[in-house]
Amino acid sequence: MRSHVPAGRPSQLFRNLNSKIASIPMILIAVGVFLGGTIWTVLYSFTRSGLLPRLSFVGLDQYERLWAAPRWIISIQNLAIYGILSLIFSLAIGFLLAALMDQKIRFENTFRTIFLYPFALSFIVTGLVWQWILNPEYGVQSVVRSLGWTTFEFDPLYNPEIVIYGVLIAGLWQGTGLVMCLMLAGLRGIDEDIWKASRVDGIPMWRTYIFIVIPMMRPVFITTLVIIASGIVKVYDLVVAQTSGGPGIASEVPAKYVYDYMFQAQNLGQGFAASTMMLLTVAIIIIPWAYLEFGGRKRG
Amino acid sequence: MANSVSIRDLSLSFGAVTVLKDLNLDIHDGEFIVLLGSSGCGKSTLLNCIAGLLEPTEGQIFIKDRNVTWEEPKDRGIGMVFQSYALYPQMSVEKNLSFGLQVAKVPKAEIDKRVARASEILQIGPLLKRKPAELSGGQRQRVAIGRALVRDVDVFLFDEPLSNLDAKLRSELRVEIKRLHQQLKNTMIYVTHDQIEALTLADRIAIMKSGVIQQLDDPIVIYNKPKNLFVAGFIGSPSMNFLSGEIVEEGGRAAFRTHGTSFSLEGYQTSEPLKAGRKVVLGVRPEHIAVDSDIMHSEVHEAIVDIEEPMGADNLLWLNHAGHLMSVRIGGARRYSPGAKVRMAFDMSMASLFDAETEDRI
Amino acid sequence: MANSSALQSATSGPDALSGRLGSGPSGRKPRRMLSRRNIILYGLLGLAALYYLLPLYVMIVTSMKGMPEIRLGNIFSPPVEITFEPWAKAWSSACTGLNCDGLSRGFWNSVRILVPSVAVSIAVASVSGYALANWRFKGSNVFFSILIVGAFIPYQVMIYPIVILLRELGIYGTLTGLVIVHTIFGMPILTLLFRNYFTSLPEELFKAARIDGAGFWQIYFRIMLPMALPIFVVAMILQVTGIWNDFLFGVVFTRPDSYPMTVQLNNIVNSVQGVKEYNVNMAATLLTGAVPLIVYFVSGRLFVRGIAAGAVKG
Repeated sequence: MRSHVPAGRPSQLFRNLNSKIASIPMILIAVGVFLGGTIWTVLYSFTRSGLLPRLSFVGLDQYERLWAAPRWIISIQNLAIYGILSLIFSLAIGFLLAALMDQKIRFENTFRTIFLYPFALSFIVTGLVWQWILNPEYGVQSVVRSLGWTTFEFDPLYNPEIVIYGVLIAGLWQGTGLVMCLMLAGLRGIDEDIWKASRVDGIPMWRTYIFIVIPMMRPVFITTLVIIASGIVKVYDLVVAQTSGGPGIASEVPAKYVYDYMFQAQNLGQGFAASTMMLLTVAIIIIPWAYLEFGGRKRG
Repeated sequence: MANSVSIRDLSLSFGAVTVLKDLNLDIHDGEFIVLLGSSGCGKSTLLNCIAGLLEPTEGQIFIKDRNVTWEEPKDRGIGMVFQSYALYPQMSVEKNLSFGLQVAKVPKAEIDKRVARASEILQIGPLLKRKPAELSGGQRQRVAIGRALVRDVDVFLFDEPLSNLDAKLRSELRVEIKRLHQQLKNTMIYVTHDQIEALTLADRIAIMKSGVIQQLDDPIVIYNKPKNLFVAGFIGSPSMNFLSGEIVEEGGRAAFRTHGTSFSLEGYQTSEPLKAGRKVVLGVRPEHIAVDSDIMHSEVHEAIVDIEEPMGADNLLWLNHAGHLMSVRIGGARRYSPGAKVRMAFDMSMASLFDAETEDRI
Repeated sequence: MANSSALQSATSGPDALSGRLGSGPSGRKPRRMLSRRNIILYGLLGLAALYYLLPLYVMIVTSMKGMPEIRLGNIFSPPVEITFEPWAKAWSSACTGLNCDGLSRGFWNSVRILVPSVAVSIAVASVSGYALANWRFKGSNVFFSILIVGAFIPYQVMIYPIVILLRELGIYGTLTGLVIVHTIFGMPILTLLFRNYFTSLPEELFKAARIDGAGFWQIYFRIMLPMALPIFVVAMILQVTGIWNDFLFGVVFTRPDSYPMTVQLNNIVNSVQGVKEYNVNMAATLLTGAVPLIVYFVSGRLFVRGIAAGAVKG
């Protein structure tokens, strides 16, 4: 061993070979599945693929058909309503709960456990519970009516006009605990001295929150926003369990459109085009964020 | 004397950032060498290159005349002690010491023998069964040294081993490391930013800045005859006083002139002729300025006490001379009040002159 | 923070003792539990807690009522006559459109999916995270970036190519196939988790092990693994709840006779045949939610740490 004298630089490829072998699964998944799969789907969204994927290009035909389909338009509208409202409400409720939790309260762990437990449950369970609670014959509507308000009407699951709000209630129930946790972590990350300083200066608490704490938490808000937003685009199981897209097609969402066209209607081209649109939506959310977060850091 | 570690034209860059530049260094067998510099000067990088934990971009490293530039750390005959001790937290002290030997498949009896010897030298016998978390900082660092010791290596590498300890422990362990070196007589390469450690431990100090060794010398030489302005300013606390000015001729002799005052350069030793008109920087250490009753020179200047900092054994005076503040070290018993007028004189035989342009010693 | 009313009550009223020490209040500031601030604070928190607890309560009471009682009463009233029959039925004889085995089949299918999926995904991701943290090589960060970006890509985009891939390998519809799918989609978050954890460990430990002559696997198994136990628990919590709750991959990548519990549950509740048995449905829903709920209640703070680590990137 000692007599071996390396003459020059050994090949870089075989240095620490084990670490490279161990990284093969990661490389395969990153390049083969994530990158390759995405490119594959985008490519095939420009083809005539029906029952089986076929490489016969038809330009933007699938997209034209997609945007002409009422079901897709409703899906997009639903996603927009669900997305925007769920962003606003989960950030507002999540922050409010976190701010309440940050008042050195008793039983903090109990409250945290209660607010967060829905997040441990699947969307299927969430959807089914709320399907039951919102059941017009036995659920909230009938309970309120039995209390004397006989004209009370709240049957989102049977009413195409408001069904998406029924889904929203369930979605918020499941997800706000997470937002609360992230916000609380953000609040706890703020220097205790900031609070001391504002107290000494006699600034009321709500003002401290609005003018000092929230601006300081900008990165937490942005990260949370991106997490919620990219989760919203994927929303699928919740709708399947709670409404199956109904009544009619009133609560359809893009992710369900993709699944149904790929695996049930055997119209792959539509599925690919719809999923490419989902990808585009995510890209619109992610790219500006990534640019701000990482592009700015490099220059700084 | 044979060379234990030789470094030839070593360069290392990460992308566009050059950390080490064409570095050459010969370390003798059994020598204690300290790499000294502020953070980011490349001293730890150099040590990591010697250890084989970083690959150099250019150049070669020889240990015991063997080219080890591309060898694995374990094959280089080195042991290393880290600042954070780097003890494996889940293993007992004994396991920590024997892990490397186990990996190398050394026979059990031999492992036991070496662990016993190391724990005797470092007096950590009673700690062998404990986990690192149950040890004090000083004990942990002793175990870390033990881990290098059991490997029976030619060269010990220390990466700021005392920086995590408090001041008292640091000076205790410093003495122990010195004793260990006297006992083992291994080659030791020691990285630190603490000049006291460097001055007390080293046979030779290499002062580094921006990936280049500025001066490699005996500690006393480094202290008294710094090679350039950087070394002069880096070593010594409080720092050397610097005065910018030029060389003039007064009465046929060279003198240093600044702000309308001249200081005779009599006693200053140099091989170069001191030509009049040359822009220079004069450096004088605080203890080489005499005040009032200490003065044994004929040339005396006047100054005003600005601030006094009593430090027990010493008393540090900040003197204002023609608008310049200079620190002067005097005996702790001699006290002055601010505003007092004093007389002062420079000991030119201990001063340093630097070229204002090249910053090198004249 | 300062409560003006409490402050006033403390300053008013001369105190004989404090006179000696100087005028003004002394001792602890009196705190009133029932201050207006506290009423609002705990009132809001209590109200919110009620909203979050309500569905769990409704599930429990509904599952213990008989159908006649459900038709008569309201969903919030506690059961008059407690019965566990719906639970038994949900477990062993409730019908989907395909069979009448109840949820038990789905439960065991889920267990069969869960155990290897959790084990394989964590094993692969922990090694990748360790390689990324300690053995970086040219391009390794590029692959990692692709992986992280991949976490944001909707599953729907990648699902069909994976179907083809598995079909080509002859494992489409098998347990092996589904394990691979869970490993793939668990990869970004878990790799990030492990990479960040291993990066946070002192690098000197890794250097010391290299000087001691340990190689890639020796350092992983003997140095890193024993130190990473907490993060393995976090990863397990993340994966157990995630894989148990999965619906989409279960539908796409398994055959009907090996559907996981979530799919089975949905088929039972949303099957169109027969009379709706809400009590059985709620019992089934509770049973399906029980596993992640137990994991959640037992793991407590570690669960929070897991989702925080999973959610806050970089």
